[in-house]
Amino acid sequence: MLMVGTLMHAKHLSRSPFEIAISLVVPVVQAVLAVYLFRSGGEQDRLLQAAVGAGLMGVWSSVLFGSGGAIQNQRWQGTLEMIMMAPRRPVVVILPLTIATGITGTYSLLATLIWGRVLFGIRLDFAHPYAFPVAAAVCIVALGMFGLLLASTFVLMRNANALANVLEYPVWLVSGMLVPLTVLPTWTGPIAAALPTTWGARALHEATTGGPVWPSVAMCLAISGLCLALGAAALTVVERRARVTATLALA
Amino acid sequence: MESDYAIEAEGLRRAYRSRTGWLRPRLTTVEAVRGVDFTVRRGELFGLLGPNGAGKTTTIKMLNTLLIPTGGTARICGFDVEKQTREVRRRIGYVFGGDRGLYDRLSALDNLRYFAELYGVPARDQRKRIAELLELVRLAGREHERVEGYSRGMRQRLHIARGLLHAPEVLFLDEPSIGVDPVAARELRQTVANLAATGTTVLLTTHYMAEADELCDRIAVIADGRIQALGTPAELRSRADGRRIVEVEAYGVPDTALAALRDLPGVRETAVETRGALQVLTVQSDAHVDIQGDVLRELAGIRLGRVDSREPTLEDAYVTIVGAS
Ligand SMILES: Nc1ncnc2c1ncn2[C@@H]1O[C@H](COP(=O)(O)OP(=O)(O)OP(=O)(O)O)[C@@H](O)[C@H]1O
Ligand SMILES: [Mg+2]
Repeated sequence: MLMVGTLMHAKHLSRSPFEIAISLVVPVVQAVLAVYLFRSGGEQDRLLQAAVGAGLMGVWSSVLFGSGGAIQNQRWQGTLEMIMMAPRRPVVVILPLTIATGITGTYSLLATLIWGRVLFGIRLDFAHPYAFPVAAAVCIVALGMFGLLLASTFVLMRNANALANVLEYPVWLVSGMLVPLTVLPTWTGPIAAALPTTWGARALHEATTGGPVWPSVAMCLAISGLCLALGAAALTVVERRARVTATLALA
Repeated sequence: MESDYAIEAEGLRRAYRSRTGWLRPRLTTVEAVRGVDFTVRRGELFGLLGPNGAGKTTTIKMLNTLLIPTGGTARICGFDVEKQTREVRRRIGYVFGGDRGLYDRLSALDNLRYFAELYGVPARDQRKRIAELLELVRLAGREHERVEGYSRGMRQRLHIARGLLHAPEVLFLDEPSIGVDPVAARELRQTVANLAATGTTVLLTTHYMAEADELCDRIAVIADGRIQALGTPAELRSRADGRRIVEVEAYGVPDTALAALRDLPGVRETAVETRGALQVLTVQSDAHVDIQGDVLRELAGIRLGRVDSREPTLEDAYVTIVGAS
């Protein structure tokens, strides 16, 4: 069920002309940004790291807007009632949606790397070439689960879109997708440590530049597991509330 | 816990609260359904008729677990819609009219595959079931096309296939025939009749009286959130027994003339339906008084089309019932 659901939602998403346009343009911009930001540094492996970081930013944006908007989108399409009426736990219905947004986001990661290679000749040599795909996959799943938590809380809030905008940049920064965590003020530390994105980003960086990948992967999975549990509980509450307030359909 | 009844509703109520006004928000409450009681036997085809805003869709959504009632209880096959939601959902299908509710950028086949998975159709049966249903709704051969390229009627048929995937015991059809051409509508009626004949319980809402008359075993007429009449089509039709109908096609009838018609001796009910420039006046009277002459006298000087005097139909009975509420 999760597989088929994810596949179908990814298919549906990837056919949206808006998404296609975004995912063609954004990675190029990101690759360019990454390269110019770090050109001063000059070192090749820093460039690769920057490209990976930029790609991850794309994944995060996709999950943030995708998951945040996931439920709203289904409502607009009139499919929310149909999927929530299925004899399933709400989490099983919604998780494929948010993982699908993680997948379309991963495309952005890969595309950024490819553009980096094509435009600037960044050498794609990873410290742990085998750990990298694993870390990337874990990242997607983690983002999907984190997205689930976002999705369930976003439906409760009326200004979900505004919140999504506000959250985009801080999470990039705080989870060290672009700049190393060490340059950030210390108060951001605990916040960063609680976000699965931090650990996902770290795992990817380590896979790129060397370092202990697996502990970060484990942390990332553990935290996103927690997100999943919280998100599932929140969704159950949200579903019932929506049936009381009649918000499953477009009112 | 199995029950003799497929659907049982007791004192079902639903109110909507909504915020109106932007600067000074006010909470308003709309009482959409105000105490509805009825039961539907297994395998019965039950119709729910009523004017726009009567509370039909609201009633259906309480029965199919999409809305939690604000009062009363309902059971589907003996399971409570509020407390045993999962059990209820396993047994019901829901099809609504209109062209939303499908994944437009996926093919019909992908839509059906996704919903089959979601509604728990076993993997080994899916292929066969989907092929059967595509055949049934005559979309076989076009299942690989994206839904966004489908016509309204094709989408509607796909909706129906989707609703039937898990072979539900109880099927809710909310205006399934809007936007469907006459030939397809006839096929749709055939399909619904077949489903009921093979044991599926169907709850149908429609604005087409002929459709309800032809299909339904029993009909409830609902207006203002309450059931105004309930019975077989023949029973409802007999509400208009002893009446006679005069139907007049006219152009530009002033309100004063309408009021005058209503006040004619023997007249029980009047209704106007506008079709473009044309107005169709329906005047119900006691059968023993011939009012045709009086009606035409009142309409003197107005351009008229066909004038007809006939026996009442289900539609006339419906107008009587709704008019009295
Ligand atoms: N989500 C909602 N929020 C607020 N009011 C609503 C909502 N849905 C329906 N209503 C109100 O409840 C009443 C009953 O609506 P309902 O949709 O049940 O009517 P209906 O009988 O299905 O009408 P129609 O024939 O037009 O489909 C109407 O007054 C409508 O305005
Ligand atoms: Mg309705």
